[in-house]
Amino acid sequence: MSVTVNLPSVLAAHTGGARTIQANGRTLGEAVADLAARYPTLAPRLRDDQGKPYPFVNFYLNDEDVRFRGGFAAPVQDGDEVTVIPAIAGG
Amino acid sequence: MSATSSSIALLPLTARPLRCRNCGAERGPAPVAICELCLGPLDPVYDAGRALPDAETIRRRAPSLWRYKEWLPFDGDPVWSLDTGFTPLVEAPALARRLGVARVWVKNDTVSHPSLSFKDRVVAAAINAAAAFGLETIGCASTGNLANAVAAHAARAGLKAWIFIPEELEQGKIIGTSVYGARLVRVRGTYDDVNRLCAQVADHFGWGIVNVNLRGYYGEGSKTVAYEIAEQLGWRLPTAVVAPMAGGSLLTKLRKGFGEFLDAGLIHGQPPRLYGAQAAGCAPIVRLLERGGSALEPEVPRTICRSLAIGNPADGLFAARAMHETGGWGAAVSDAELVQGVRLLAEDVGVFGETAAGVTAAGALALARAGRLRADDEVVLCITGHGLKTLEAVLDAVPEAPVIAPRLRDLIPLVEERS
Repeated sequence: MSVTVNLPSVLAAHTGGARTIQANGRTLGEAVADLAARYPTLAPRLRDDQGKPYPFVNFYLNDEDVRFRGGFAAPVQDGDEVTVIPAIAGG
Repeated sequence: MSATSSSIALLPLTARPLRCRNCGAERGPAPVAICELCLGPLDPVYDAGRALPDAETIRRRAPSLWRYKEWLPFDGDPVWSLDTGFTPLVEAPALARRLGVARVWVKNDTVSHPSLSFKDRVVAAAINAAAAFGLETIGCASTGNLANAVAAHAARAGLKAWIFIPEELEQGKIIGTSVYGARLVRVRGTYDDVNRLCAQVADHFGWGIVNVNLRGYYGEGSKTVAYEIAEQLGWRLPTAVVAPMAGGSLLTKLRKGFGEFLDAGLIHGQPPRLYGAQAAGCAPIVRLLERGGSALEPEVPRTICRSLAIGNPADGLFAARAMHETGGWGAAVSDAELVQGVRLLAEDVGVFGETAAGVTAAGALALARAGRLRADDEVVLCITGHGLKTLEAVLDAVPEAPVIAPRLRDLIPLVEERS
Protein backbone atom coordinates (compact mmCIF):
# COMPACT_ATOMS: atom_id res chain seq x y z
CA MET A 1 0.00 0.00 0.00
CA SER A 2 1.26 3.47 -0.82
CA VAL A 3 0.38 6.29 1.55
CA THR A 4 1.14 10.02 1.51
CA VAL A 5 2.99 11.27 4.59
CA ASN A 6 2.85 14.98 5.51
CA LEU A 7 5.73 16.18 7.68
CA PRO A 8 6.02 19.38 9.74
CA SER A 9 8.69 21.85 8.58
CA VAL A 10 10.84 21.02 11.61
CA LEU A 11 11.36 17.50 10.19
CA ALA A 12 11.95 18.56 6.58
CA ALA A 13 15.67 19.02 7.32
CA HIS A 14 15.88 15.22 7.48
CA THR A 15 14.24 14.61 4.10
CA GLY A 16 16.19 17.04 1.93
CA GLY A 17 13.43 19.61 2.36
CA ALA A 18 10.54 17.38 1.28
CA ARG A 19 7.34 17.88 3.30
CA THR A 20 5.17 15.37 1.45
CA ILE A 21 6.54 11.88 0.89
CA GLN A 22 5.15 8.56 -0.34
CA ALA A 23 5.69 5.53 1.91
CA ASN A 24 4.82 1.85 1.55
CA GLY A 25 3.46 -0.67 4.05
CA ARG A 26 0.40 -2.61 5.17
CA THR A 27 0.28 -0.83 8.53
CA LEU A 28 1.27 2.62 9.74
CA GLY A 29 4.24 1.01 11.50
CA GLU A 30 5.45 -0.52 8.21
CA ALA A 31 5.05 2.79 6.38
CA VAL A 32 7.08 4.51 9.13
CA ALA A 33 9.71 1.75 8.90
CA ASP A 34 9.93 2.40 5.16
CA LEU A 35 10.57 6.11 5.81
CA ALA A 36 13.05 5.28 8.57
CA ALA A 37 15.08 3.10 6.20
CA ARG A 38 15.20 5.82 3.53
CA TYR A 39 15.84 8.77 5.88
CA PRO A 40 18.08 7.54 8.74
CA THR A 41 18.13 10.85 10.67
CA LEU A 42 14.34 11.09 10.47
CA ALA A 43 13.97 7.63 12.01
CA PRO A 44 14.62 8.51 15.70
CA ARG A 45 12.17 11.40 15.40
CA LEU A 46 9.37 9.05 14.37
CA ARG A 47 10.11 5.93 16.48
CA ASP A 48 11.66 5.47 19.91
CA ASP A 49 14.26 2.82 20.90
CA GLN A 50 11.54 0.19 21.27
CA GLY A 51 10.06 0.95 17.86
CA LYS A 52 7.03 2.70 19.39
CA PRO A 53 5.79 6.12 18.19
CA TYR A 54 8.23 8.83 19.30
CA PRO A 55 6.54 10.64 22.21
CA PHE A 56 7.06 14.19 20.87
CA VAL A 57 5.10 13.57 17.67
CA ASN A 58 1.53 12.50 17.04
CA PHE A 59 0.45 10.54 13.99
CA TYR A 60 -2.89 11.09 12.28
CA LEU A 61 -4.34 8.68 9.75
CA ASN A 62 -6.83 10.53 7.53
CA ASP A 63 -7.42 13.12 10.27
CA GLU A 64 -7.80 10.60 13.10
CA ASP A 65 -5.32 10.26 15.98
CA VAL A 66 -3.82 6.80 15.39
CA ARG A 67 -3.89 6.07 19.11
CA PHE A 68 -7.62 5.50 18.58
CA ARG A 69 -6.79 3.04 15.77
CA GLY A 70 -4.17 0.83 17.42
CA GLY A 71 -1.14 3.05 16.89
CA PHE A 72 1.50 1.66 14.54
CA ALA A 73 -0.62 -1.50 14.12
CA ALA A 74 -3.32 0.53 12.34
CA PRO A 75 -3.83 -0.90 8.83
CA VAL A 76 -3.43 1.53 5.95
CA GLN A 77 -4.99 1.56 2.47
CA ASP A 78 -3.69 2.82 -0.83
CA GLY A 79 -4.13 6.59 -0.97
CA ASP A 80 -4.37 7.07 2.80
CA GLU A 81 -2.92 10.26 4.19
CA VAL A 82 -0.66 10.20 7.25
CA THR A 83 0.09 13.49 9.00
CA VAL A 84 2.86 13.92 11.55
CA ILE A 85 2.37 16.79 13.99
CA PRO A 86 4.69 17.85 16.84
CA ALA A 87 2.98 16.77 20.08
CA ILE A 88 3.73 19.88 22.12
CA ALA A 89 1.05 22.36 21.10
CA GLY A 90 -2.15 23.80 22.42
CA GLY A 91 -3.85 24.12 25.77
CA MET B 1 5.04 69.54 24.91
CA SER B 2 7.23 67.54 22.61
CA ALA B 3 5.87 64.12 21.71
CA THR B 4 9.24 62.61 22.46
CA SER B 5 9.65 64.07 25.93
CA SER B 6 8.95 61.54 28.60
CA SER B 7 10.07 61.06 32.16
CA ILE B 8 10.06 57.27 31.66
CA ALA B 9 12.78 55.90 29.42
CA LEU B 10 11.53 52.60 28.01
CA LEU B 11 14.06 49.90 27.26
CA PRO B 12 13.45 48.13 23.95
CA LEU B 13 11.63 44.83 24.33
CA THR B 14 13.41 41.62 23.38
CA ALA B 15 12.48 38.01 24.02
CA ARG B 16 14.70 35.63 26.00
CA PRO B 17 16.54 32.69 24.37
CA LEU B 18 15.05 29.20 24.55
CA ARG B 19 16.19 25.82 25.89
CA CYS B 20 14.72 22.36 25.25
CA ARG B 21 13.11 20.81 28.33
CA ASN B 22 13.90 17.36 26.93
CA CYS B 23 17.45 17.45 25.51
CA GLY B 24 18.77 20.76 26.87
CA ALA B 25 19.70 22.20 23.45
CA GLU B 26 19.64 26.00 23.40
CA ARG B 27 18.67 28.40 20.65
CA GLY B 28 18.21 32.13 20.22
CA PRO B 29 14.87 33.90 20.72
CA ALA B 30 12.37 32.94 18.00
CA PRO B 31 8.68 32.29 17.42
CA VAL B 32 9.41 28.57 17.70
CA ALA B 33 8.17 26.26 20.47
CA ILE B 34 9.66 22.93 19.40
CA CYS B 35 13.29 21.81 19.64
CA GLU B 36 14.57 21.23 16.11
CA LEU B 37 16.76 18.39 17.36
CA CYS B 38 14.34 16.30 19.46
CA LEU B 39 10.95 18.07 19.05
CA GLY B 40 10.72 18.56 22.83
CA PRO B 41 9.17 21.72 24.31
CA LEU B 42 11.28 24.89 24.43
CA ASP B 43 11.27 27.01 27.59
CA PRO B 44 12.69 30.52 27.94
CA VAL B 45 16.10 30.75 29.59
CA TYR B 46 16.59 33.42 32.24
CA ASP B 47 19.87 35.06 33.17
CA ALA B 48 20.68 33.47 36.53
CA GLY B 49 22.72 36.53 37.47
CA ARG B 50 19.96 39.08 36.80
CA ALA B 51 19.01 41.49 39.57
CA LEU B 52 15.82 40.36 41.30
CA PRO B 53 13.52 42.70 43.23
CA ASP B 54 12.73 42.20 46.92
CA ALA B 55 9.19 42.05 48.31
CA GLU B 56 9.10 45.76 49.11
CA THR B 57 10.12 46.73 45.57
CA ILE B 58 7.46 44.46 44.09
CA ARG B 59 4.82 45.83 46.49
CA ARG B 60 5.44 49.38 45.23
CA ARG B 61 4.89 48.42 41.58
CA ALA B 62 1.65 48.75 39.60
CA PRO B 63 -0.97 46.06 40.33
CA SER B 64 -0.49 43.97 37.21
CA LEU B 65 1.36 40.78 36.38
CA TRP B 66 4.27 42.90 35.12
CA ARG B 67 5.21 43.60 38.75
CA TYR B 68 6.98 40.22 38.39
CA LYS B 69 8.62 41.11 35.08
CA GLU B 70 12.00 39.69 36.13
CA TRP B 71 10.37 36.24 35.97
CA LEU B 72 8.71 36.84 32.59
CA PRO B 73 10.59 35.91 29.41
CA PHE B 74 11.68 39.33 28.18
CA ASP B 75 14.35 41.94 28.54
CA GLY B 76 13.31 45.56 28.38
CA ASP B 77 9.83 46.87 28.93
CA PRO B 78 6.58 45.20 27.80
CA VAL B 79 4.63 47.22 25.25
CA TRP B 80 1.13 45.72 25.34
CA SER B 81 -1.39 44.38 27.87
CA LEU B 82 0.19 46.30 30.71
CA ASP B 83 -2.90 46.14 32.93
CA THR B 84 -3.49 42.38 33.03
CA GLY B 85 -3.18 40.37 36.25
CA PHE B 86 -3.23 40.96 40.00
CA THR B 87 -6.75 39.62 40.42
CA PRO B 88 -8.30 39.35 43.90
CA LEU B 89 -7.55 36.53 46.32
CA VAL B 90 -10.83 36.11 48.18
CA GLU B 91 -11.08 34.27 51.50
CA ALA B 92 -13.95 31.79 51.56
CA PRO B 93 -14.77 30.66 55.14
CA ALA B 94 -18.05 28.96 54.18
CA LEU B 95 -16.20 26.88 51.60
CA ALA B 96 -13.51 26.07 54.17
CA ARG B 97 -16.21 24.67 56.50
CA ARG B 98 -17.70 22.68 53.63
CA LEU B 99 -14.29 21.20 52.76
CA GLY B 100 -13.36 20.63 56.42
CA VAL B 101 -10.07 22.53 56.15
CA ALA B 102 -8.58 25.44 58.11
CA ARG B 103 -8.84 28.15 55.45
CA VAL B 104 -9.78 28.50 51.79
CA TRP B 105 -9.14 31.29 49.32
CA VAL B 106 -10.40 31.68 45.78
CA LYS B 107 -7.92 33.12 43.27
CA ASN B 108 -10.53 35.02 41.35
CA ASP B 109 -9.54 35.19 37.71
CA THR B 110 -13.21 35.55 36.73
CA VAL B 111 -12.45 39.27 36.91
CA SER B 112 -9.22 39.04 34.95
CA HIS B 113 -8.70 42.01 32.66
CA PRO B 114 -9.65 42.42 29.86
CA SER B 115 -11.43 39.16 28.92
CA LEU B 116 -12.53 37.60 32.24
CA SER B 117 -10.35 34.50 32.33
CA PHE B 118 -6.81 33.54 33.34
CA LYS B 119 -5.97 33.26 29.65
CA ASP B 120 -5.38 37.03 29.74
CA ARG B 121 -2.14 36.19 31.57
CA VAL B 122 -0.71 33.91 28.91
CA VAL B 123 -1.83 36.21 26.10
CA ALA B 124 -0.21 39.19 27.84
CA ALA B 125 3.05 37.26 27.61
CA ALA B 126 2.46 35.96 24.08
CA ILE B 127 1.47 39.31 22.58
CA ASN B 128 4.66 40.88 23.87
CA ALA B 129 6.59 38.01 22.30
CA ALA B 130 4.75 38.82 19.06
CA ALA B 131 5.84 42.44 19.48
CA ALA B 132 9.44 41.42 20.10
CA PHE B 133 9.41 39.35 16.89
CA GLY B 134 7.55 41.98 14.85
CA LEU B 135 4.61 39.67 14.08
CA GLU B 136 1.50 41.42 12.78
CA THR B 137 -0.93 38.52 13.03
CA ILE B 138 -1.57 36.37 16.08
CA GLY B 139 -3.95 33.50 16.60
CA CYS B 140 -4.80 30.44 18.64
CA ALA B 141 -6.57 27.13 18.89
CA SER B 142 -9.03 27.53 21.70
CA THR B 143 -11.83 25.99 23.72
CA GLY B 144 -13.16 29.52 24.24
CA ASN B 145 -11.40 31.50 26.94
CA LEU B 146 -8.18 31.79 24.98
CA ALA B 147 -10.19 32.85 21.92
CA ASN B 148 -11.75 35.68 23.95
CA ALA B 149 -8.35 36.72 25.30
CA VAL B 150 -6.48 36.68 21.97
CA ALA B 151 -9.29 38.64 20.30
CA ALA B 152 -9.38 41.28 23.03
CA HIS B 153 -5.63 41.73 23.40
CA ALA B 154 -5.12 41.79 19.61
CA ALA B 155 -7.81 44.46 19.24
CA ARG B 156 -6.10 46.65 21.82
CA ALA B 157 -2.72 46.19 20.17
CA GLY B 158 -4.04 46.73 16.65
CA LEU B 159 -2.93 43.28 15.49
CA LYS B 160 -4.83 40.94 13.20
CA ALA B 161 -6.18 37.84 14.91
CA TRP B 162 -7.07 34.47 13.37
CA ILE B 163 -8.85 32.33 15.92
CA PHE B 164 -9.84 28.68 15.58
CA ILE B 165 -12.42 27.01 17.83
CA PRO B 166 -14.45 23.79 17.76
CA GLU B 167 -17.75 24.26 15.95
CA GLU B 168 -19.80 23.56 19.08
CA LEU B 169 -19.03 26.16 21.74
CA GLU B 170 -21.08 28.29 24.12
CA GLN B 171 -22.58 31.45 22.66
CA GLY B 172 -20.72 33.67 25.13
CA LYS B 173 -17.41 32.27 23.97
CA ILE B 174 -18.26 32.76 20.29
CA ILE B 175 -19.71 36.26 20.54
CA GLY B 176 -17.11 37.18 23.14
CA THR B 177 -14.53 36.56 20.41
CA SER B 178 -16.12 37.85 17.21
CA VAL B 179 -17.22 41.12 18.84
CA TYR B 180 -13.58 42.28 18.82
CA GLY B 181 -13.37 41.98 15.05
CA ALA B 182 -11.22 38.87 15.12
CA ARG B 183 -11.26 36.44 12.18
CA LEU B 184 -13.03 33.60 13.93
CA VAL B 185 -13.17 30.16 12.30
CA ARG B 186 -15.33 27.33 13.65
CA VAL B 187 -13.84 23.96 12.83
CA ARG B 188 -15.87 20.76 12.57
CA GLY B 189 -14.51 18.44 15.25
CA THR B 190 -13.12 18.58 18.77
CA TYR B 191 -10.52 20.93 20.21
CA ASP B 192 -7.89 18.31 19.38
CA ASP B 193 -8.83 18.55 15.70
CA VAL B 194 -8.59 22.34 15.91
CA ASN B 195 -5.22 22.10 17.61
CA ARG B 196 -3.84 19.82 14.91
CA LEU B 197 -4.98 22.29 12.26
CA CYS B 198 -3.34 25.17 14.14
CA ALA B 199 0.01 23.36 14.27
CA GLN B 200 -0.18 23.32 10.46
CA VAL B 201 -1.46 26.92 10.32
CA ALA B 202 1.57 28.18 12.28
CA ASP B 203 3.85 26.19 9.99
CA HIS B 204 2.17 27.41 6.80
CA PHE B 205 1.41 31.10 7.44
CA GLY B 206 4.14 32.04 9.91
CA TRP B 207 1.63 33.78 12.19
CA GLY B 208 2.17 33.93 15.93
CA ILE B 209 -0.16 31.20 17.07
CA VAL B 210 0.08 31.89 20.79
CA ASN B 211 -0.29 28.30 22.00
CA VAL B 212 1.67 26.74 19.15
CA ASN B 213 4.80 28.56 17.99
CA LEU B 214 4.73 31.24 20.76
CA ARG B 215 3.94 28.60 23.38
CA GLY B 216 7.26 28.79 25.24
CA TYR B 217 6.70 32.49 25.99
CA TYR B 218 2.92 32.22 26.36
CA GLY B 219 3.06 29.55 29.06
CA GLU B 220 5.24 31.66 31.33
CA GLY B 221 2.29 34.03 31.89
CA SER B 222 0.58 31.31 33.95
CA LYS B 223 3.34 31.46 36.58
CA THR B 224 2.00 34.82 37.70
CA VAL B 225 -0.96 33.04 39.36
CA ALA B 226 1.52 31.47 41.77
CA TYR B 227 3.41 34.73 42.38
CA GLU B 228 0.18 36.60 43.13
CA ILE B 229 -1.07 33.89 45.50
CA ALA B 230 2.21 34.04 47.45
CA GLU B 231 2.23 37.84 47.64
CA GLN B 232 -1.47 38.17 48.45
CA LEU B 233 -1.17 35.65 51.29
CA GLY B 234 1.49 37.95 52.78
CA TRP B 235 4.57 36.37 51.16
CA ARG B 236 3.83 32.85 52.24
CA LEU B 237 2.58 29.61 50.73
CA PRO B 238 -0.72 27.78 50.97
CA THR B 239 -0.45 24.06 51.79
CA ALA B 240 -2.56 22.98 48.80
CA VAL B 241 -3.72 24.45 45.48
CA VAL B 242 -6.57 23.05 43.38
CA ALA B 243 -6.65 24.04 39.70
CA PRO B 244 -8.56 22.94 36.61
CA MET B 245 -6.72 21.02 33.90
CA ALA B 246 -7.27 21.20 30.15
CA GLY B 247 -3.86 21.03 28.47
CA GLY B 248 -2.27 20.70 31.92
CA SER B 249 0.06 23.68 31.55
CA LEU B 250 -1.33 25.68 34.49
CA LEU B 251 -0.37 22.93 36.98
CA THR B 252 3.20 22.82 35.71
CA LYS B 253 3.50 26.61 35.75
CA LEU B 254 2.08 26.89 39.28
CA ARG B 255 4.82 24.53 40.38
CA LYS B 256 7.47 26.50 38.52
CA GLY B 257 6.18 29.83 39.87
CA PHE B 258 6.14 28.76 43.52
CA GLY B 259 9.58 27.20 43.01
CA GLU B 260 11.04 30.40 41.55
CA PHE B 261 9.79 32.51 44.46
CA LEU B 262 11.24 29.97 46.90
CA ASP B 263 14.56 30.08 45.03
CA ALA B 264 14.52 33.89 45.16
CA GLY B 265 14.03 33.78 48.93
CA LEU B 266 10.78 35.77 48.68
CA ILE B 267 8.89 32.97 50.42
CA HIS B 268 9.95 30.01 52.55
CA GLY B 269 8.66 26.58 53.44
CA GLN B 270 7.21 23.58 51.71
CA PRO B 271 5.82 23.98 48.16
CA PRO B 272 2.07 23.41 48.14
CA ARG B 273 0.56 20.08 47.13
CA LEU B 274 -0.89 20.56 43.67
CA TYR B 275 -4.27 19.05 42.82
CA GLY B 276 -5.77 19.01 39.33
CA ALA B 277 -9.45 18.71 38.45
CA GLN B 278 -11.06 17.54 35.22
CA ALA B 279 -14.54 16.65 34.05
CA ALA B 280 -15.07 12.88 34.10
CA GLY B 281 -16.11 13.07 30.44
CA CYS B 282 -12.60 14.24 29.55
CA ALA B 283 -10.07 13.27 32.22
CA PRO B 284 -6.99 11.90 30.44
CA ILE B 285 -4.57 13.53 32.92
CA VAL B 286 -6.38 12.29 36.05
CA ARG B 287 -6.52 8.80 34.53
CA LEU B 288 -2.80 8.90 33.67
CA LEU B 289 -2.05 9.86 37.28
CA GLU B 290 -4.25 7.07 38.62
CA ARG B 291 -2.85 4.50 36.20
CA GLY B 292 0.79 5.53 36.60
CA GLY B 293 3.43 5.28 33.88
CA SER B 294 4.14 7.84 31.21
CA ALA B 295 1.80 6.97 28.34
CA LEU B 296 -1.11 9.37 28.14
CA GLU B 297 -4.15 7.83 26.50
CA PRO B 298 -6.11 10.45 24.52
CA GLU B 299 -9.86 10.64 24.94
CA VAL B 300 -12.76 11.91 22.86
CA PRO B 301 -14.31 14.57 25.14
CA ARG B 302 -17.89 14.09 26.30
CA THR B 303 -18.67 16.83 28.80
CA ILE B 304 -20.51 20.14 29.05
CA CYS B 305 -17.26 21.61 30.36
CA ARG B 306 -16.04 22.64 26.94
CA SER B 307 -13.27 24.87 28.27
CA LEU B 308 -11.49 21.78 29.66
CA ALA B 309 -12.40 19.46 26.78
CA ILE B 310 -8.90 18.65 25.57
CA GLY B 311 -8.62 14.93 24.95
CA ASN B 312 -4.94 15.01 24.00
CA PRO B 313 -3.35 17.44 26.48
CA ALA B 314 0.16 18.56 25.50
CA ASP B 315 1.30 18.98 29.10
CA GLY B 316 -0.60 15.95 30.43
CA LEU B 317 2.48 14.01 31.47
CA PHE B 318 4.17 17.07 33.01
CA ALA B 319 0.98 17.94 34.93
CA ALA B 320 0.63 14.37 36.24
CA ARG B 321 4.23 14.56 37.45
CA ALA B 322 3.60 17.94 39.12
CA MET B 323 0.67 16.47 41.08
CA HIS B 324 2.50 13.27 41.97
CA GLU B 325 5.81 14.86 42.96
CA THR B 326 4.27 17.58 45.14
CA GLY B 327 2.14 15.07 47.05
CA GLY B 328 -1.09 16.17 45.43
CA TRP B 329 -3.61 14.20 43.40
CA GLY B 330 -6.34 14.54 40.78
CA ALA B 331 -10.13 14.48 40.74
CA ALA B 332 -12.61 13.82 37.93
CA VAL B 333 -16.19 15.03 38.47
CA SER B 334 -19.44 14.41 36.61
CA ASP B 335 -21.29 17.11 34.68
CA ALA B 336 -23.99 17.16 37.39
CA GLU B 337 -21.32 17.66 40.06
CA LEU B 338 -19.67 20.49 38.15
CA VAL B 339 -22.98 22.33 37.80
CA GLN B 340 -23.41 21.97 41.57
CA GLY B 341 -19.84 23.24 41.90
CA VAL B 342 -20.71 26.42 39.99
CA ARG B 343 -23.66 26.98 42.31
CA LEU B 344 -21.81 26.36 45.56
CA LEU B 345 -19.02 28.70 44.51
CA ALA B 346 -21.61 31.38 43.77
CA GLU B 347 -23.57 30.77 46.98
CA ASP B 348 -20.61 30.23 49.34
CA VAL B 349 -18.14 32.74 47.93
CA GLY B 350 -20.12 35.16 45.75
CA VAL B 351 -18.04 34.26 42.72
CA PHE B 352 -19.78 33.20 39.50
CA GLY B 353 -17.39 30.96 37.64
CA GLU B 354 -17.71 29.13 34.35
CA THR B 355 -17.88 25.37 33.96
CA ALA B 356 -14.16 24.92 34.68
CA ALA B 357 -14.71 26.73 37.99
CA GLY B 358 -17.46 24.24 38.75
CA VAL B 359 -15.03 21.41 38.01
CA THR B 360 -12.48 22.96 40.38
CA ALA B 361 -14.97 23.49 43.21
CA ALA B 362 -16.52 20.04 42.78
CA GLY B 363 -13.03 18.56 42.45
CA ALA B 364 -12.00 20.14 45.77
CA LEU B 365 -15.11 18.64 47.40
CA ALA B 366 -14.33 15.21 45.93
CA LEU B 367 -10.72 15.43 47.18
CA ALA B 368 -11.93 16.44 50.65
CA ARG B 369 -14.37 13.52 50.75
CA ALA B 370 -11.59 11.16 49.67
CA GLY B 371 -9.46 12.35 52.61
CA ARG B 372 -6.89 14.06 50.38
CA LEU B 373 -7.28 17.42 52.18
CA ARG B 374 -6.36 17.81 55.86
CA ALA B 375 -8.07 19.69 58.68
CA ASP B 376 -5.10 22.08 59.00
CA ASP B 377 -4.83 22.71 55.26
CA GLU B 378 -4.81 26.21 53.79
CA VAL B 379 -6.19 25.72 50.30
CA VAL B 380 -6.32 28.01 47.27
CA LEU B 381 -8.78 27.26 44.47
CA CYS B 382 -7.82 28.67 41.07
CA ILE B 383 -11.06 29.93 39.55
CA THR B 384 -10.11 30.66 36.00
CA GLY B 385 -13.08 32.05 34.06
CA HIS B 386 -16.33 33.99 34.42
CA GLY B 387 -19.73 32.27 34.59
CA LEU B 388 -21.41 34.66 32.17
CA LYS B 389 -19.40 32.92 29.45
CA THR B 390 -21.13 29.57 29.97
CA LEU B 391 -24.71 30.43 30.94
CA GLU B 392 -26.00 27.42 29.02
CA ALA B 393 -24.48 25.06 31.60
CA VAL B 394 -26.49 26.41 34.54
CA LEU B 395 -29.66 27.50 32.74
CA ASP B 396 -31.69 24.60 34.13
CA ALA B 397 -29.96 24.48 37.51
CA VAL B 398 -30.92 27.86 38.92
CA PRO B 399 -34.32 28.55 40.50
CA GLU B 400 -36.84 30.31 38.31
CA ALA B 401 -37.74 33.81 39.46
CA PRO B 402 -41.45 34.42 40.14
CA VAL B 403 -43.18 37.14 38.13
CA ILE B 404 -45.59 39.45 39.97
CA ALA B 405 -47.61 42.60 39.33
CA PRO B 406 -46.06 45.79 40.76
CA ARG B 407 -48.23 45.53 43.87
CA LEU B 408 -47.20 45.02 47.46
CA ARG B 409 -50.13 42.65 48.05
CA ASP B 410 -48.69 40.33 45.41
CA LEU B 411 -45.28 40.41 47.04
CA ILE B 412 -46.24 39.87 50.70
CA PRO B 413 -47.38 36.24 50.34
CA LEU B 414 -44.27 35.51 48.30
CA VAL B 415 -41.99 36.88 51.02
CA GLU B 416 -43.90 34.94 53.71
CA GLU B 417 -43.63 31.74 51.67
CA ARG B 418 -39.93 32.14 50.92
CA SER B 419 -38.61 33.51 54.23
